[in-house]
Amino acid sequence: MQKILFIDPEKCTGCRICETVCSMHHEKVCNPARARVHVAKWEAAGLYIPVVCLHCEAPICETVCPVRAIKRDEKTGAVVIDYDLCVGCRLCVLYCPFAGAGIDTLTGKILKCDLCEGDPACARFCDPRALQFVKVTRANMMKMRKAAERFSEVMQKLLTP
Amino acid sequence: MVSNRKIAYINLSTGKVVQKPVPKVVRQLYLGGRGIDMYLLFNHVRPRIDPLSRENVLFIGAGLLGGIPCLGSGRCDIAAKSPLTGAVGDSNIGGFFAPELRFAGFDHLVISGRSKKPAYVWVQDGEIEVRDAGYLWGKDTIEAQAAIRQDHGDEDIKSLVIGEAGENLVKFANVRTGMKNSAGRTGMGCVMGSKNLKAIAARGTMDLEFTQPERLLDYCEEMNDMITSTRWAKAQSRWGTMIIFSNTNTTGLIRTKNFQLNLLEDGQDLEPENIDRYSIGTAGCYGCSVHCRHRYVLEDGPYAPLFGEGPEYTSLGAFGTMVNCKKMETVLVANHLVNKHGLDTLETGGLIAWAMELYEKGLINDKTTGGLKLDWGSDEALFALIRQIAKREGFGDVLANGFHGAIDKVGGDSAYYAIQVKGMSNLHSDERPTPSFALGIATATRGSDHLRSRPAIDMYGLPEEFLEELYGGPVASDYTSYEGKSRMIWWQELLYAVTDSIGTCKFQTVFCAVHAPKWEEFSRLIQLAAGMKFSKAQLMQIGERIYTLERIFNLREGFTRKDDRLPERYFQEPTPIGLPIAKGRKIDEEKFEAMLDEYYALHGWNKNGVPMKKTLAKLGLTAEPTHMV
Repeated sequence: MQKILFIDPEKCTGCRICETVCSMHHEKVCNPARARVHVAKWEAAGLYIPVVCLHCEAPICETVCPVRAIKRDEKTGAVVIDYDLCVGCRLCVLYCPFAGAGIDTLTGKILKCDLCEGDPACARFCDPRALQFVKVTRANMMKMRKAAERFSEVMQKLLTP
Repeated sequence: MVSNRKIAYINLSTGKVVQKPVPKVVRQLYLGGRGIDMYLLFNHVRPRIDPLSRENVLFIGAGLLGGIPCLGSGRCDIAAKSPLTGAVGDSNIGGFFAPELRFAGFDHLVISGRSKKPAYVWVQDGEIEVRDAGYLWGKDTIEAQAAIRQDHGDEDIKSLVIGEAGENLVKFANVRTGMKNSAGRTGMGCVMGSKNLKAIAARGTMDLEFTQPERLLDYCEEMNDMITSTRWAKAQSRWGTMIIFSNTNTTGLIRTKNFQLNLLEDGQDLEPENIDRYSIGTAGCYGCSVHCRHRYVLEDGPYAPLFGEGPEYTSLGAFGTMVNCKKMETVLVANHLVNKHGLDTLETGGLIAWAMELYEKGLINDKTTGGLKLDWGSDEALFALIRQIAKREGFGDVLANGFHGAIDKVGGDSAYYAIQVKGMSNLHSDERPTPSFALGIATATRGSDHLRSRPAIDMYGLPEEFLEELYGGPVASDYTSYEGKSRMIWWQELLYAVTDSIGTCKFQTVFCAVHAPKWEEFSRLIQLAAGMKFSKAQLMQIGERIYTLERIFNLREGFTRKDDRLPERYFQEPTPIGLPIAKGRKIDEEKFEAMLDEYYALHGWNKNGVPMKKTLAKLGLTAEPTHMV
């Protein structure tokens, strides 16, 4: 069964290890500016949100790509860029509403998550499990449990005199 | 390459900046971070200068392994001659600044002179400039960081800043980054204030290259598994360092009402579990899998709405037990106040607890305090004094000079009640039942402190065969024993000196977790990241070199064996309460002195604590200062 990169911002501790290992895996250097994932932080409010390609079912980047360089890797489920075809026009960067594609500060090429050939380094290193690479059924269940917890909190409040 | 980050010399008097590479030989002798900072301190600060004069020099140092994805590699070392103690000034800060400095191309900043007007140092991708900080002066540590980001239009800038306390030259003003991370001890924020330096801000997008990046990545994963599999890290990930409180307060190892009691009765509200009432989750420093602090929110009460991070176990003591305040909320508010103002939490709590005891004993009165009633457990007095210290107003102005200055001013028997070594307040632990901890606070080169050596694993009652193998000699399993404890302290001092130099977190080495990474793992990480080969023995020698250099610095400033002394009360007053293992304990003076002799011998120092010639020769320190950087 297909796995997805499941994001749970509530669990993120803002350590940015995902950025570090992403750049080390892909570029063989440590440089968060060249990572495919970023943690957007609002420090004074304690809000941390990992931002990464969501590998959409109907990817907007694929639709807007004029040279058809973006397609799904059936093996991993990742929406990937074929760099032999990519001309670096950055339309994918422009149109993605989730900031799933970016630009490499050094080379100018498009940076986009490719799920590390099916074993994402970010998820492997994320101890609080804000990023997890899990089967779709598991992801669904996690969301349901979370919703049930909230529901239970509301019920408790209602039932407490 | 990871070791190619530069050193920059910044003269605030002239605005001139000079960049140079760090010679390989300096790396081989001192690694980076605290090691190179200590070398720079010894070489660039002339003997017996006034720490608040323009002759003092401030050193910022990222660790050799800063930036790797394991072991909390975001630590940054800040050094200068301490205005609080006159000894080695050195403080280590987590967060995200050190990696950002490395991404901007630098490992070490040497900041000399004094700016005529408020200034900040701006570091970006290989360039450094001194900029006007007029718009930042007067802002608290959180506002100042936000203002720098807004000014540059970049939310990813990381800054080291001072608050009002640093501007007002409070002797224990700290340096801050983020919501909570602080280089707390020895008054490095005061040195920044004396230089009219409000902040050092960094932003970098340069590659940090490693010798064997793929193998390093795999090994970092192994290191993280090693750490997160320890029970200690699991507990800390959930409760933060506060987890220690439950044990120490039950046993009777935590100083209360300054030093009158050794546990806080009715202290249940300070138990770590109660942070859940306020917590929205934990937060981690750069690349850290332990994330040992909480993000907390106060929604109700006179200080709401308030968002803060922490508190550390130390703050539970500083603003809880030591001042006899019994509410978690008091600790959360006080923690936030010292962070905003830029004050060291331990020094602030230590001085206020001392003042409260003086007030109780009648050594100071309402006239001295300007009408402020310094009653035990008074939130009002606590919060008021924190503000007064930061602003140098009223009685706070007296405390703002630290123990040395305040004792001079108050006079009488006030010195007896001061729980300090070398002019720096002790933390909130009561070391009378634990001779190893007691030796550690007495010998620490920067004054009374646990972060130079604390062997928290001494509390675990580990098998002696195991301890002998770890420490390389016999060590008693019983934590109330004096046997082998000098060896423990000596060994931990070397380990922490190296940890601070590679720039990783002490909580991810042998501090509280026995099976945490140490020499062998450090050696492998350095090899994979920087391509430098060190054996365990060589790393221990580097630790010895750093620690001995700190010792020589202090000797040069006039410190002697007499300064490696515990507060008198440790020898005079037995602990009044606690479990049988902790009750009725005091430090035996004769045994303590014998322990000190053994400790000096292990370092290769003579009976007066002066490094012997052959030790200096072995460590290559005979010719210092050698001015290699």
